[in-house]
Amino acid sequence: MLENEANPTISKSTGLPRKRFYRARAHSNPLSDSHFPVPISPCHVDYSLHYPQFFSSSGEVGSIKKVQFADVGCGFGGLLISLSTLFPETLMIGMELRDKVTEYVRERILALRTTNPGQYQNVSVVRTNSMKYIPNYFEKGQLTKMFFLFPDPHFKEKNHRRRVISPHLLDEYAYVLEVGGIIYTITDVEELGDWMKSCLENHPMFEALTEEELEADPAVKLLNTATEEGQKVARNEGQTFQAVYRRIAPSL
Amino acid sequence: MENTQPEGGENNRDLEVAPALISVHPTQDSVAVAVGSDLRVFDLRGNCAVTLVDETGEAFHKDSIRAIRYGANGKLFVSSGDDKLVKVWSTDSWRCNASVCSEKRVSAVAVSNDGLYVCYADKFGVVWVVDLHGLDGNETLVNKKASPLLAHYCSIITSLEFSPDGRFIVTADRDFKIRVTVFPKKPLDGAHEIQSFCLGHTEFVSCLAFLFTVDYPQGFLVSGGGDSTVRLWDINPGTLLDTYEFGSKAGIVDYKGNEVSCSTVTDLCTIPGSNVVAVAVQSLQGILLVSCDLSSQTFGAVKVISNMGDSFIPTSLGCSSSVELLWTITGVSKPHGSNHNSLTCVRVLSGFKKTIPDAALPELTVVDDNEVPGAEKLLEKLQGSVTVEEEVFLAAAEAVKTSMCNLLIKKQYTTEKREFRKRGRNDKKTKH
Repeated sequence: MLENEANPTISKSTGLPRKRFYRARAHSNPLSDSHFPVPISPCHVDYSLHYPQFFSSSGEVGSIKKVQFADVGCGFGGLLISLSTLFPETLMIGMELRDKVTEYVRERILALRTTNPGQYQNVSVVRTNSMKYIPNYFEKGQLTKMFFLFPDPHFKEKNHRRRVISPHLLDEYAYVLEVGGIIYTITDVEELGDWMKSCLENHPMFEALTEEELEADPAVKLLNTATEEGQKVARNEGQTFQAVYRRIAPSL
Repeated sequence: MENTQPEGGENNRDLEVAPALISVHPTQDSVAVAVGSDLRVFDLRGNCAVTLVDETGEAFHKDSIRAIRYGANGKLFVSSGDDKLVKVWSTDSWRCNASVCSEKRVSAVAVSNDGLYVCYADKFGVVWVVDLHGLDGNETLVNKKASPLLAHYCSIITSLEFSPDGRFIVTADRDFKIRVTVFPKKPLDGAHEIQSFCLGHTEFVSCLAFLFTVDYPQGFLVSGGGDSTVRLWDINPGTLLDTYEFGSKAGIVDYKGNEVSCSTVTDLCTIPGSNVVAVAVQSLQGILLVSCDLSSQTFGAVKVISNMGDSFIPTSLGCSSSVELLWTITGVSKPHGSNHNSLTCVRVLSGFKKTIPDAALPELTVVDDNEVPGAEKLLEKLQGSVTVEEEVFLAAAEAVKTSMCNLLIKKQYTTEKREFRKRGRNDKKTKH
């Protein structure tokens, strides 16, 4: 509808897409039937479309890189952009349910790739419902990090099953994470923070990182600062609650 | 709140009918049929109809039964459905030993191979487990509580199956997924370890069954779905071994003589100890036999058994592990507002041999009504009457098909229609 003219959605000064043209609702219902294409299985996802530079140079089948980081509910993609330069050799993907937001992130990545040649080749975004389709994108033990930053709090008790961190969904996250992989969660809602922490604490396949490990992890520092939501909280001098857990092999 | 009731997508409970189900005792001691809320059991040992005894608070089922199953050792029988009650019966006394209240309507049940746990799946995608320790047949446990075992994210679970070795519990859902989960030592704490996902179906998965023989005790998983395929899986890594796409290939024609291009598998039944799967397909009169070459892990010969009588479209299949008979049933619960009573017809097929050469599928014959085990007495009990008029079954099959599609297929709307419904949303307004 909008993109037909001299493309006003791209800012002239920075070359980046302008957010005002990608207005979206704050939340989306994860329970509704999806009308976007879903890959049948992980091997049906054509990652060469997402990471053209990584896939054009390495032609051999054996050396195909796999996505290792997933930002679930990536929003406007702030975290991905920061992670991209921090881990330039790791493929990472954002998953977002809202179509306009996904479109924004896609444009943003493409713009960054143009303005910074050689950089941001390792990030991409897909529009999907990660609560339903995580196993359609990743194989068992494929991921090393999963991020859940400022998810929708869903205060009402009847809507708790819409929360992206829940005891049953953690089983699926444990499936796609390799042993030793790390799950990062943060929120500015205390109630949700407690919920996410207790879900992870009570799950037999996750254990908390120690203080020292948290200190040493460069990704932890980004939780508060990298995302748009995090910056908003910081501006308002709000409190945040994080829970960072490692995937462990279950004891029998 | 979004308006979740889309125009055109009628969610009318009046149209919902339940297919008739059949289940056979592992050693063919008895046969059970469920049609609507009615549970009918015939004792083949004693050659008599069984009178069920239910002294739990809420006796018998009040709404359509959606799932029935015998435990692997034959001591238990479980029934459940739309009335949210899971009833565990003793197959000796046919007393209801436990009645568990589910929060949601139940879509599938299974009994662990040791007979100590009953699992059931509800329509919100949660599988629950009930501990049956201490259930020895005499006292009735009314207040048994179920604990959540695992969940598919808000997707109707269509089938629930334990692997032959009892290590895994396999669940299939309407979102094209089959999940293989390790069945834990302490199931009441939940099953958290996912072994694999079997992904490949392009429509809802409707049924699951394990094919296993002496040479392949682990067995292979067979699944059927709304994409008119039967698929063969190795559940350990979750690999798709082979796909059999029926329809035009098998030359299936519907009752009007038109070729059926796409149809749903309604039930699967593996013939114990053999490499043959019996498949019931919507709109197919008769059944489909598919053989499996277990050494090369592929499907082999296929045969349509169509001599079961005109307009006999089975809704459910059953087989014992000892006797070489395949039990089939067609019928529906009484649809609301219909003047027919609930309709059922049972047919039994014989001709299976213990060892079937890979290439040749057996020639099955319908057992004459008088030679069916239990003969007229059995038919009278299970069908409700000895003779059934045939023409009503086509209507019944149609009703089952519509009901299943409404339940499991995502409603499709044109883009314009969807955009129209979003017209009031702030993010859809062109200028702010």
